[in-house]
Amino acid sequence: MELDPLLLSRIQFAFVVSFHAIFPVFTIGLASYIATLEGLYYKTENPLYEQLSRFWTKVFAVVFGMGVVSGIVMAFQFGTNWSNFSYASANFLGPILSYEVVTAFFLEATFLGVLLFGRNKVPRGLHLFAACMVALGTFISSFWILSANSWMQTPAGVEVREGMFYVTSWMEAIFNASLWPRFFHMALASFLTAGFVVAGVSAWYLLRNRAVEMNRKALGMTVVLLAIIAPAQLVVGDIHGLNTFEHQPAKVAAMEGVWETQSGAPLLLFAIPSASAERNYLEIGIPKMASLILTHEMDGVVPGLKEWAPEDRPPVATVFWSFRIMVGIGMLMIAVSVIALVQRLRGRLFESTRLLRVFTWMIPLPFVAVLAGWFVTEVGRQPYLVYGILRLADGVTPSLTGGMALFTLIGYIVVYAAVFTAGLYYLVRLIQAGPDAPETHTTEPGGRPKRPLSAVGTDFDDAAPQGAGR
Amino acid sequence: MELIDLTLIWIGIIGLGVFMYVLMDGFDLGVGILFPFAPDEEGRDVMMNTVAPVWDGNETWLILGGAGLLAAFPLVYAVFLPALYIGVFLRLAGLIFRGIAFEFRFKARTSRYLWNWSFFGGSLVATFAQGAVVGAYIQGFETEGFRYVGGALDWLTPFTVMTGLALVAGYSLLGATWLILKTEGPLQEWAYGMAQRLLSVVLLFFVIISIWTPLAEARVMERWLSNAQWLWIFPVVTLAASLWLWSSIQRRKEGVPFVATMTLFIAFYVGLLISMWPLAVPPDHTFWDAASAPESQLFLLIGVLFLIPIILGYTAWTYWVFRGKVRPGMGYH
Ligand code: HDD
Ligand code: HEM
Ligand code: HEM
Repeated sequence: MELDPLLLSRIQFAFVVSFHAIFPVFTIGLASYIATLEGLYYKTENPLYEQLSRFWTKVFAVVFGMGVVSGIVMAFQFGTNWSNFSYASANFLGPILSYEVVTAFFLEATFLGVLLFGRNKVPRGLHLFAACMVALGTFISSFWILSANSWMQTPAGVEVREGMFYVTSWMEAIFNASLWPRFFHMALASFLTAGFVVAGVSAWYLLRNRAVEMNRKALGMTVVLLAIIAPAQLVVGDIHGLNTFEHQPAKVAAMEGVWETQSGAPLLLFAIPSASAERNYLEIGIPKMASLILTHEMDGVVPGLKEWAPEDRPPVATVFWSFRIMVGIGMLMIAVSVIALVQRLRGRLFESTRLLRVFTWMIPLPFVAVLAGWFVTEVGRQPYLVYGILRLADGVTPSLTGGMALFTLIGYIVVYAAVFTAGLYYLVRLIQAGPDAPETHTTEPGGRPKRPLSAVGTDFDDAAPQGAGR
Repeated sequence: MELIDLTLIWIGIIGLGVFMYVLMDGFDLGVGILFPFAPDEEGRDVMMNTVAPVWDGNETWLILGGAGLLAAFPLVYAVFLPALYIGVFLRLAGLIFRGIAFEFRFKARTSRYLWNWSFFGGSLVATFAQGAVVGAYIQGFETEGFRYVGGALDWLTPFTVMTGLALVAGYSLLGATWLILKTEGPLQEWAYGMAQRLLSVVLLFFVIISIWTPLAEARVMERWLSNAQWLWIFPVVTLAASLWLWSSIQRRKEGVPFVATMTLFIAFYVGLLISMWPLAVPPDHTFWDAASAPESQLFLLIGVLFLIPIILGYTAWTYWVFRGKVRPGMGYH
């Protein structure tokens, strides 16, 4: 059997980038949360905030570490598997990715050292400053990388000469049509992810009556935030969709599962799209809703997939279902966070075991939604790398053989499986140990306690150097 | 635009970036390679803690190298990475295992030895692959127009294996002298011993490379012969730096060995660049062939000239925050 380097490269890229994506989306939100906690502690001197911050910083360190190592892989994937694409688009993507490094990565990486290791080494104000710089870095980073990605979705500000892109307007290229909707959608997604993880973990502790005061504080804060941003995500998502409708109508047709151009298109809740038959099976839908959402008119016209030649259509089923998964989870998030807010206002949030349990079950969902969202965006862009201009097949590395691509694909799967298993294992253990855990000394060099074990629930001893156990 | 040669400026910037990377990630990779040879587990804790707060920033120079090449010399990026495909994968896998070891090792109890191996193995593989890249650069690449057309393992030759091993020795020496600076007591004593032995290994490799390279690559031979009147400077600087290093180890100086080793690296690095100048993708393409559009080079240059000093500033500040000796049990957070 001939191994197809193009197909294997696609699978490999999808795998490594999806693996990478789950970490940033959590660290971006968590970095802001930690900076907020540090700020509150700085202002109020309430040790609960510091304890919370210490705990979440440990979680952050593990997740960030995995984000960094998987990100370094991404920086080289473009060249190893997509060298023709890299070469063709280097005049734009090169400076953008470099700006990401010099404005964001250095900031994050350097101040991370101070955030993690500097608590007893620098004045409190500077420690807070480091936390803020890390959080700022994550946002600057998303700005640049999303600009690069958005440019591939809605290219602008460039002209093609002899197979190379040349930038004619940096403003138009960087601030291309889909940048802002994508940036805000992604920022909210990050806050939702971190928010639901923090809420879920706090709820888990509350169900076990551990560090009650601290976790009530954490859950109480988060619930308010979530009840604001979950509905906001719906609004931003809608704007994002309208933007896509304008610039990438084929993607929207796939998202909605519309084959024939029609006015008054229904919003499909369920369907089994078939690319070969060019129709859907088992459709269940709300009449005219899709037209209403997309054109804001009951009888608005929605172009169908048949407007495009079969080789120019994105894979429909993946886009269609990923979109439903994302939006479905988004709706669930709105429902849960609004109920939680109401319960909180009634003073019942912490007593409702059922709601607390729902929060713990929600922990994996934001990650699923984020990956589903990226699958809509990226698969919906097919068969193009740079939408409407450069096709996938023209971007792949010419010297790449199927065997090489298969070797590295298996390699990455094995490496990432090992990393992910270990990372998840340590995260779960960290969380089980909890913010109320005494600073254990089992991991201390030689196993010797450096200071008396503090009792469960007491404050951390601030002055003593913290043991190696992070 | 024609007045200033942007390409030349960019050679300088990328050259600086790569060099910063070699020095900074060099010593922390070296610490990783020396890891299994440490006197005891407590020593390993200390070794890791000497680099834990700064390794991430150090590695960022590598990313800048990658992104900067894409921005300023896309041809280099688009030829080297496909040509070194398998090597790049090994190197990235090495960096992954090494990077996560920082976070996981301190959380592990019974599985700690696994992360010791992960830290060592990752550092070793990553360093070897980097050294092999240098060798592959000297060897050159088979291109057709602006595309790589060679095979998957063309880069793996006896010569590149040798340069790979040479870099392993070189980074270990950097790591050992870093440990001299950052530790004390028996661990420091051990580092002195290591540094002394590694110095002879490095010099041995220096001699081998100096003989093998011109024999293997006629280009380099020609360059050396036609500039013999001043190229003698490099062996002399190397010898002087080695003597300086050796005597500072004898006299148990703490900071000088690290500085002397850096001087050695500078001599090697400049020597390499001069031997290859002006080829970016040997044997056919110069840096000027490999350059991106001038407006792209300019757009990035404006930001970089402004930002690099700031980055160097706060990097220096963190090194200052974490200055001084690292002692057992000092885990910072
Ligand atoms: C919206 C956010 C986002 C997206 C879509 C991506 N990244 Fe990322 N990346 C980040 C947000 C981020 C971050 C928040 O800045 C990270 C996450 C964890 C971290 O350490 O920084 C990061 C880390 C990170 C690193 C390591 C940086 C360091 O050492 O600090 C590299 C080299 C990349 N990324 C490169 C990429 C590439 C080439 C991507 C495109 C496919 C990509 N990332 C998608
Ligand atoms: C971080 C979140 C991201 C996720 C989860 C993601 C996901 C995916 C997926 C699933 C594919 C495969 C589509 C297919 O082949 O059918 C893909 C392709 C691709 N994406 Fe993304 N993507 C992300 C971000 C980015 C960014 C920021 C860029 C560029 C700056 C990018 C560039 C590409 C390229 C070049 C491909 C080509 C390979 C291909 O189409 O298969 N992606 N991505
Ligand atoms: C609540 C209703 C939501 C709507 C209407 C919505 C809408 C959209 C649309 C239309 C896209 C594709 C844009 C394009 O490719 O052109 C998208 C992408 C995406 N969505 Fe959503 N979304 C919603 C909820 C969520 C939630 C809850 C999350 C995660 C927590 C999320 C995360 C993402 C991500 C990561 C992407 C890919 C990046 C991007 O293109 O912005 N979305 N969303």
